[in-house]
Amino acid sequence: MKTIRASLIGFGAVGQGVVKVLLAKKDYLQSIGIDLRVVAIADSRTAVIDSEGVDLAAVLAFKKEKGVVGSEKITGTDIIKTIDHELVIETTPTNIDDGGVGLTNMLAAFEKGMDVVTSNKGPLALKYGELIETANKSGSKLKFEATVGGAMPVINLACDTLAGNKILSMEGIFNGTCNYILSRMVEEHASYEQMLAEAQELGIAEADPIYDVEGIDTASKLVIVANVIFGMNASYRDVTVTGITRVTPEALLLANRDGYAIKLIGEVNDGKINVAPKLVPLDNPLAVGGTLNVFSVQTDISGPITITGRGAGSIETASAILSDIISLYKN
Amino acid sequence: MRVSMDLELQDIPGQLLLALKPISDFKGNLISVVHHHEKKTPRGTIPVQVQFEIKSDHLEDLVADLEERGVRVVSMDEKRFLEHGAVILIGHIVHTDIQDTIDQIDNTGYAEVVDLNLSMPKINMPSSASLKIDAVSKKELQAVIDLLKYIAKEKDLLVIEPVESQLRLME
Repeated sequence: MKTIRASLIGFGAVGQGVVKVLLAKKDYLQSIGIDLRVVAIADSRTAVIDSEGVDLAAVLAFKKEKGVVGSEKITGTDIIKTIDHELVIETTPTNIDDGGVGLTNMLAAFEKGMDVVTSNKGPLALKYGELIETANKSGSKLKFEATVGGAMPVINLACDTLAGNKILSMEGIFNGTCNYILSRMVEEHASYEQMLAEAQELGIAEADPIYDVEGIDTASKLVIVANVIFGMNASYRDVTVTGITRVTPEALLLANRDGYAIKLIGEVNDGKINVAPKLVPLDNPLAVGGTLNVFSVQTDISGPITITGRGAGSIETASAILSDIISLYKN
Repeated sequence: MRVSMDLELQDIPGQLLLALKPISDFKGNLISVVHHHEKKTPRGTIPVQVQFEIKSDHLEDLVADLEERGVRVVSMDEKRFLEHGAVILIGHIVHTDIQDTIDQIDNTGYAEVVDLNLSMPKINMPSSASLKIDAVSKKELQAVIDLLKYIAKEKDLLVIEPVESQLRLME
């Protein structure tokens, strides 16, 4: 049995999902030889620390009741710097302007030779090259399946499962919020504003939806894919982005009559990274509805490969974090 | 453009080569040749159907050359536009001079707007239109979509084009 001491930095929806998944999969992890001990959890205001392992169920209940994770006044960054452990699970919110606290945390972890598993897109979309270089210098590992496509195994599919294939191009739907709004606009023949309001009511869209509907979220994910799968050294600023706010119900209807759906598609093709609403034939595997995401790669020897699944949600994202942890420490 | 031709050859050796050589001389690209040796015409000639791609300005000279060699061109069917594309436009399509938008595409000489459906929900609200565009080949279809995107930028319209893999499929 290998004991891995981990900190969990960020205790929002994804962080809490990680704790739920770790509780549910504790026995399974032990059965494959991994004893994962969470020694510290931090949210944006407070923290809880226990070198013997934090009581995860109690922390979940405490957060629900009090709105904070614990009573210690120590930041996530200071936990990384001062408490002995091997793995940092970084689930702070994405900041696409400068990488935010997530970037600071990751660099601090590598400084100390720790591994990082993250769902935070910002640092990877802005500073991929620098992060990989810093991690390599100290022998740390960085895994980030959870940054792209939620439960869909995008990065591991392209890098591990399809090993030996050259990936020629890729396209897909990486934002469930946009897909929901566009799908509902067709069904109800309703305006963008109406269906955005519905999505907000259902908790599918944020109160401030700009990040999703202007294509920024899709663009950040595409940059990560472009860097990892296509070996580009791209940053968020290299992406041409058009969001869905101008799409009208009439346009969706006209497209539908011609046999097309309109979807917010992200493409990496020929060194170009592009996000825009596109016409997708209704019988094309990319034409998935609701909040589903879809990812399709064109390979040289396997031809096209397409996967679809839930692209967001706390448990789904946590499942990708779990798979990264297992792939780091199994054997 | 793509051309289908029905030819009639004399029933003596070497005639098929005689008929095909001018096509290659005029830089045509043969797609299929069907030689109906068993279906001799009452005139004693052999019918041959050929399909090829050729630049339109070479076609007239090719026909003249074939006739000169004694190859009879019975009928000819040219198909200029091989690619069909669809795009959606959103914005103030009519007020930004829709006639000009269509003219700019038609004036390229390699593509034409063949169908237009317009939906205008309310005054001052953006309209939506679906355009069907025919083009000489895949390359020209992409070029005309790029041109349309350029026009749309100037007129503040949103162009929704087919997904990339769909354009590749048309190749």
